[in-house]
Amino acid sequence: MSTGEDRPPSGVRPSLFLERQSYRRRRLSDAARLLPFFGAALLAIPLLWPDASGAQEGVPLSSAIFYIFACWAGLILASLVFGFAARRMAKHDDSEPETDRWPR
Amino acid sequence: MATLNVLILVCLAYVVLLFGVAFAADRMAAAGRGAWLRSPLIYTLSLSIYCTAWTFYGAVGNAARSGLEFVTIYLGPTLVMVSWWWGLRKLVRVGRSQRVTSIADLISSRYGKSNTLAICVTILAVLGGTPYIALQLQSITLSFSIFAEADPSGLYREGSSVFWVAAGLAVFAILFGTRNLDANERHHGVVTAIALESVVKLFALLAVGAFVVWGVAGGVGPMMDRIDASEIGQWHVDAGRWTTFIFLSAAAFICLPRMFQVMVVENADEGHLRTAAWAFPLYLLLMSLFVVPIAVVGLDLMPEGSNPDLFVLTVPLSQGNDWLAMLSFIGGFSSATSMVIVTAMALSTMVSNHLVMPIWLSTQEGSGSVSGDVRNVVLMARRVSIAVIMALGFFYYRLSGGGAALASIGLVAFAGISQILPALVGGLFWRGATRTGALVGLTVGFLLWIYTLLLPGMGGTLISDSVLQNGPFAWGWLRPQALFGIEGMDPMVHTVMWSLSLNTVAFCVASLLSFPSPLERLQGAQFVNVFDHSVAPRGWTGSVAQSEDLMIMTQRILGAGPAQDFFQAEVEQQGGRSNLPEPTPAFLERLERELSGSVGAATAHAMIGQIVGGSSVSVEDLLAVADESAQMLEYSSQLEVKSAELSRTARQLREANTKLTQISEQKDSFLSQVSHELRTPMTSIRAFSEIMRDTDGLSAEEQTRYAAIIHDEALRLTRLLDDLLDLSVLESGQVSLNVGGDTLRSVLDRAVSSALAGTGQTLTVRRSKASERIPLQTDLDRLGQVFINLISNAQKYCDAEEPELTISAHDVGGQVVIDFADNGSGIPPEARSMVFEKFARVGVDKAGGAGLGLAICREIMQRLGGEITYLPGQGGAAFRVRLPLAYRQAAQ
Repeated sequence: MSTGEDRPPSGVRPSLFLERQSYRRRRLSDAARLLPFFGAALLAIPLLWPDASGAQEGVPLSSAIFYIFACWAGLILASLVFGFAARRMAKHDDSEPETDRWPR
Repeated sequence: MATLNVLILVCLAYVVLLFGVAFAADRMAAAGRGAWLRSPLIYTLSLSIYCTAWTFYGAVGNAARSGLEFVTIYLGPTLVMVSWWWGLRKLVRVGRSQRVTSIADLISSRYGKSNTLAICVTILAVLGGTPYIALQLQSITLSFSIFAEADPSGLYREGSSVFWVAAGLAVFAILFGTRNLDANERHHGVVTAIALESVVKLFALLAVGAFVVWGVAGGVGPMMDRIDASEIGQWHVDAGRWTTFIFLSAAAFICLPRMFQVMVVENADEGHLRTAAWAFPLYLLLMSLFVVPIAVVGLDLMPEGSNPDLFVLTVPLSQGNDWLAMLSFIGGFSSATSMVIVTAMALSTMVSNHLVMPIWLSTQEGSGSVSGDVRNVVLMARRVSIAVIMALGFFYYRLSGGGAALASIGLVAFAGISQILPALVGGLFWRGATRTGALVGLTVGFLLWIYTLLLPGMGGTLISDSVLQNGPFAWGWLRPQALFGIEGMDPMVHTVMWSLSLNTVAFCVASLLSFPSPLERLQGAQFVNVFDHSVAPRGWTGSVAQSEDLMIMTQRILGAGPAQDFFQAEVEQQGGRSNLPEPTPAFLERLERELSGSVGAATAHAMIGQIVGGSSVSVEDLLAVADESAQMLEYSSQLEVKSAELSRTARQLREANTKLTQISEQKDSFLSQVSHELRTPMTSIRAFSEIMRDTDGLSAEEQTRYAAIIHDEALRLTRLLDDLLDLSVLESGQVSLNVGGDTLRSVLDRAVSSALAGTGQTLTVRRSKASERIPLQTDLDRLGQVFINLISNAQKYCDAEEPELTISAHDVGGQVVIDFADNGSGIPPEARSMVFEKFARVGVDKAGGAGLGLAICREIMQRLGGEITYLPGQGGAAFRVRLPLAYRQAAQ
């Protein structure tokens, strides 16, 4: 009797789990899609630095290099992480009908 | 010390190595081995042809001149790669689904396979590529000159060396790039070779960088101090150039023909983009990691006035590290060669497909389908165009004086090729983008680029100084470097801003104002919604196509072997036993794609069109344009229509079959009936005549009785034969009608009396004589015959206890309708369709006539221009006779 009642909820739970999984995947792909805008914003920061017209001294080149290359490496890393995470999630979640969102 | 001869030997050895790698890769791919040839890593490395000699040498020079600005050229592509999900994914999908061979092909394909547009893009790409080629020539020449300075033999002369470098690169590119014809097929050899070159140049640059940082400066910390202390230690951002160059390099990254070649055409798997999205930016980062250190150390170590573009070479040389210098030279050389190979391949494909082939085809028109060996023509066109492109680069180098910084030449090329961007992006994302819009936008941007950047850049030879200073005809607002009087802008920023913005505006406005052709709209829907339907539904109607002509043409383009294989595979797929496949639309579409891989979409379309006789942009296609989902809807509705049609046909067939079976049965039964009918009277006649002949002493009374029987039987026979004769006369149409005038009433009177004459008068006939006063103009005897038949049928077959026949007549607008309805059980529904057939009799048991009566009636009524039908739902058997009031000849 009790097993008979237990069965339906346990049958539902995995689908809940899948829902959440694909939900996370959607949000992950959202983040990946937003990444270029974030990157563009970061790379626009140097525009705020002093330019040649003012009397101010320029930015020390070593700091500029640090900043730019750090942003760059960050972008690459984020892209790498998103790529791998999306692929791993795509492997786990085969029931997702909209495979087109992340083509394999 | 490395002499020039050693240098040349090393170059040649390197080229031989490249050929070896390419050859081996091709062999492996052909043998089906080497899955790694199609790996994301190779794809990523092949993308790095973006880094040319400009990157290798020019970046350091650029850094020595303007600090960190050089990095913009790599940040743009990084952003593009990171945003692959938005743009590149679509571009690659479109390129693969449309079997695109080049960027010109893509643009032309998108805008209704317009060759005009393809020509424009080709010219733009060639002209935009020219400074770029010149840049490679210049960098190789410069690097040679560095070694030549140290060469004691002093045989080196700059002018001739440029020529030999150009010629050598041309031969190299011809040998490398035009080995296979099908530009759409993956060039595993070339791709692997340029992947190797990517590794070589990265390794060389990293080696020089490591040497500079740890060998010269003594570590990262001291290096950073040295950077800050150098003359470029304080960096002032030029906001305009910073943003413009990031944008420009991003645009050029997408639009450059060679990038398109490796990114889209050579792409083996869309999923590789995901890897390249981080791996390629990483490659770029590594390439630019040591640029500033090399520049700073170069500025420190090298004498005043030495060319910063060559620090990568001169710094190791000055430190006496010849092997590193040689490695660096190889790195620069491989940057230049890989760029030249792929650019030459991409541009020559465009030139041959969009310039040479259409011209060649038009000269061939009218002489049958396609004559001559197209294959050779295409290959020759590609080789010649490579030579021409290299020559253009050479002349640009000579005209520009070879003195400009590498980076500035590269940017000129970038600005030129970026003019494709609005048409490309618009075409991918905006269904409303039209061919006219693309043409106008491209032209505007292209002219502005030439006027504001290319001509001024080439010095006073092509554009006079007065025009530069005061504008043409002294119109100040048209000065090439200060359009509309806005001065003080950096020339590059000025050009990019004006040309791209006006290009985009022109593109949008012209697109909004013009109306696209059906094919254009179809392709537009295909491109913009490529993820919804990756299969192109453009159809050929192959009914008139000649498979043999197609075969001949295909052989000439693909070569005999591949063409025969293709056709054979098609035959097998169609399940046919003949030698040639049926020209089905699906086959023609596949063939077009196959050919477009060799000669481009527009040309392939035109060639098949020449043979097949025109493409069909049908109503269905337009429907597909009208609605994105219409394709599926339309397909399923087509299926529905077809299945409805099929089931209708099947029902008709079933009905016809039933009828035929019934007719056949009736014929059989009629034949037995006829033989029976003939036999019975014949038997009586024979029997009674034998009695009369053989029996003596018959009484007169008996004789009369027997003779009467014989007479009656003879009459019956005659009647039967009369009926048969009558029917055959009516059916053959040889009957002559005897048209006369009378009222319906008197015809019916006569018919009733003669039908009921001599019988027991059991049938009661009900008539309303008032309504029968209708004058008729027809063959009255024949009409009477019909009436008699109907009345006697009622008399014979009406099974009511008190049989009754109701005759009613109406005048219905020029026609008279007479209904004969009895009160019997009627004719069963399954027999109704048969009653008018010859030999039909309802219920074989009720033998009375031969079953010809109603058939004769129907024939008569047809002759009289009317009809006789069974009238269901009247309680008993009912027939409706309908005939015109006045018989007209035309009624026949």
